[in-house]
Amino acid sequence: MAVRRVRFTFPQELIKEPIIYLLGHEFRVVTNVRMADVDETTGWVVLELQGDAAEIDRSLAWAQARGVRIDPVIGDVLEG
Amino acid sequence: MSNAKSLRCRECHREYPLAALHVCEFCFGPLEVAYDYDAIRRSVSRTTVANGPASLWRYRDFLPCDPDAAVDIGAGFTPLIHARNLGKALGLRRLYIKNDTVNPTWSFKDRVVAVASTRARELGFTRLACASTGNLANSVSAHAAAAAMEAVVFIPHDLEANKVLGSSVYGPTLVKVRGNYDAVNRLCAELAGAYGWAFVNVNVRPYYSEGSKTLGFEVAEQLGWRAPDHCVVPIASGSLFVKIRKGLDELAQAGLIDEPKTRMSGAQAAGCSPVATAWAEGSMNFRPQRPNTIAKSLAIGNPADGYYSLVQLRDTDGACASVTDDEIVAGMKLLAETEGVFAETAGGVTVASLRQLTAAGHIQPDELTVAFITGAGFKTVEPLEGALRPALEIDPTVESFQDAYRTLQPTEAVA
Repeated sequence: MAVRRVRFTFPQELIKEPIIYLLGHEFRVVTNVRMADVDETTGWVVLELQGDAAEIDRSLAWAQARGVRIDPVIGDVLEG
Repeated sequence: MSNAKSLRCRECHREYPLAALHVCEFCFGPLEVAYDYDAIRRSVSRTTVANGPASLWRYRDFLPCDPDAAVDIGAGFTPLIHARNLGKALGLRRLYIKNDTVNPTWSFKDRVVAVASTRARELGFTRLACASTGNLANSVSAHAAAAAMEAVVFIPHDLEANKVLGSSVYGPTLVKVRGNYDAVNRLCAELAGAYGWAFVNVNVRPYYSEGSKTLGFEVAEQLGWRAPDHCVVPIASGSLFVKIRKGLDELAQAGLIDEPKTRMSGAQAAGCSPVATAWAEGSMNFRPQRPNTIAKSLAIGNPADGYYSLVQLRDTDGACASVTDDEIVAGMKLLAETEGVFAETAGGVTVASLRQLTAAGHIQPDELTVAFITGAGFKTVEPLEGALRPALEIDPTVESFQDAYRTLQPTEAVA
């Protein structure tokens, strides 16, 4: 069982979509919202995802394909 | 012995032991080193600092590691230059340049890596690692060599040859990762979690970032123990921006300077400006960006300290500029031609931002302003190709020189 911490950033057109609910239904992944800030124009959610590592990867690819930006919780690791 | 007493979450203030931890287990907030300020006040004075080494270790009382076991390749205590010529060009009468291009691997990253490598060795790590497009990789490789640690450095596969050489000369295990910026970033975040190594800007980040405070300490000392009125700092992850001000605040807490009222302004490249964009929109939420700028050392689209940078801009009455690639090159040239300082593209961002912020009235002509120049120009020569005055090529005769020189200065009498 793997645990992955990620930050989802939603563009304005996805603010009303229940992306996290759908992700939990489409994939065998437990979603746990740990921090969030969403308003009418933008939003981000810090999530802990638990499940099989390959299933988590598939769920993240699915969310990304729908327009969600996915980043490591700790920010960019690659520095100048 | 260090005066550090714990790691503390910046969000919920939970305390953790001084281990290789970087994120709060409860709220995922970043961890920061907390100190025993009473002990610092008792042990430090202007004299003890002045009697210390000519390096960042003169501020040993404010750093989270044992200075007697420091990994010291001479980082810090770089010149503060009264930039009269540049100030005149920009309309600023009291402009200073903090010239961090002269560090051992030619960038301010030596400050953070000096502290990170010292603490990592104390914690028992034998491998120092990072993911970098340049400066950080150079510094980690050099410090690991001096500390007799193994360095594992991840770089994008298409990095310029000079930047690769600036790391490989120190003998690290250099790993070129095929893929775009996002892919490299994601892989390295995963590797940092999977391997028990000291990734300097990940699991030892709370210690690493403390090294940036020393820029604030030095500037105050070099100004005769006073804080500047205004600082202009390039923003990448935002850590440098936030920690310079923390350095000034800690000096005041230790009784070495008066309470700082320093305004903190940021400098970003337009091609990677998540903080400047949020600031311009009046938002405290930045949106991550995909970097596309010649200022690669500032190309962090999802800055770890982006939010805290916005808070600091707001709380100190600062402002944040974003400048185009052409303005960056012009800024590099202006700094070199007025002050004799050859900075990398990040320095061009800072100088161009100085110009923009001054023109917009955010910096007043009489404010004592310090601009932070964080890396040397030989690291990023490519953007200058075709932008500089060409050399005169002549035959080995006086006549040939006179002919060529006359074409440049037609009105000047030539002997």
